[in-house]
Amino acid sequence: MSHIDVSVALDAADPEAHHHLVTRRTGAVVRTVIERQIAALAEGSVAVLDFSQIGVLDRSCADEFVAKLVLPLTRERPSRESYVVLVGVSEGHLDAIEAVLETHGLALVVRFDDGVTHLVGTVSPLERQLWECVMARAGTAVEEAADAVGLALEEAQATLEMLVRRRLLRRLDDAFAPLGAPA
Amino acid sequence: MTAVLTVPASLDEAQFESVIEQLATVPADAKLLVDARHCRFATPYGLTALLCLAQSRAERPDFAPPEDDQTLSYWARAQFFTYAEELYTLRGAVPKRAASGDSDVLLEVTPVNGNEDVQGIVRRIQEKAQQILNATLDLEPRSTMGFSMTLSEAASNIIEHAGRGGWVMVQRYNWAKRRVGRDVVQIAVCDAGMGFRASLEGSRARALADRWDDQTALEAAVIQGVSRFADPGRGQGIKGMRGWVHRIDGKLTVRSGTARIAPIIPDWDEDVPLQGGLAPFPGAQINVIIPRRMPRP
Repeated sequence: MSHIDVSVALDAADPEAHHHLVTRRTGAVVRTVIERQIAALAEGSVAVLDFSQIGVLDRSCADEFVAKLVLPLTRERPSRESYVVLVGVSEGHLDAIEAVLETHGLALVVRFDDGVTHLVGTVSPLERQLWECVMARAGTAVEEAADAVGLALEEAQATLEMLVRRRLLRRLDDAFAPLGAPA
Repeated sequence: MTAVLTVPASLDEAQFESVIEQLATVPADAKLLVDARHCRFATPYGLTALLCLAQSRAERPDFAPPEDDQTLSYWARAQFFTYAEELYTLRGAVPKRAASGDSDVLLEVTPVNGNEDVQGIVRRIQEKAQQILNATLDLEPRSTMGFSMTLSEAASNIIEHAGRGGWVMVQRYNWAKRRVGRDVVQIAVCDAGMGFRASLEGSRARALADRWDDQTALEAAVIQGVSRFADPGRGQGIKGMRGWVHRIDGKLTVRSGTARIAPIIPDWDEDVPLQGGLAPFPGAQINVIIPRRMPRP
């Protein structure tokens, strides 16, 4: 897992922003900086984006930064395998992030200050159930997950694969693991 | 010949309509005198809209400032004359550029011409006015960010869509004697740019519309979140503002061209949800009123 302080990236991209992520232009420049940082990480890495030093985040900026950062990672054939987890997200940030993710049908893993990790954005009840099952076990094989939630093996497999494609879980050999779980 | 527009004694959003109606009778290239001598009160909407009026004229208009000393002093502290001097020929003396020092003026008249202006506005509100805002509105932490977000989205609307600069101002009022019965904060964001109809001219909403005028364009942008860009992520700014204002029992109105929409009308006020056929005024004028949070029963 590689920690990326969003406020440091923002300072580098636009010192006038003073830790506030507002306007589309600001979102676009900070995204560019962070995309470069993620591209420099090893294939399959999890980038932990830390919002704890960020003040205001508006929706336009969140769309340009967060949603457009995640969109290319979740394509059917992305150019590289990268994962993103958000930390240090306040309730105010969450409003903007949730709204833009839902607009694009995206979701992200967010770890809150109390240490609890949640899925934020557009997630079906079945996806959420299986994701929580994997999180509770810190990784699991498809058979175990299917048993735990009472699903046919094929349906569990397809849903778990979709969660991997959406960059909300990782594939570890034959098992599925939370982002950030030891490889 | 110079046409005279009389500024009413009380210049708020509703009363500014009388100025626009007078303006509609004047040819676009006519010499104009905006007579504010008898004006004794102006809201952020009134002051920023007066600057837009001057911006919209081909010939630099004249401006007669208020005669009342207190009004004159307030307009100076609100930095109105700093920008009015650039746009109008002032007929009469006005106080020298004065530091605000007025705790009710949370953000003086501030120009919005680019990205850095929006960043500056948010920074100033966060650094200087946050404590006053919290005390005035008793906002929860989550809603406090909503205030800055609303301000930045409204101001961003200018740089993204107006095609020319505009103005922002934020002011606190004690409305204990009015129907709302509590403190409020007003945000006005006004520009004299292309307006919503022209901005959405190339949009899908325009292509699909049977009827296309300022009213339908405002509805498309404010209610349906339509943007001139095909990107589904666009048009979220106003949607976010609308959601936040609704959540905190506030009021939002947007005027553009010949139409005005009030998508959020709280119980403490009355208004017409959608109006068309008004006297034309260029650009877009956004007014947000946020009342103090009601104590929980």
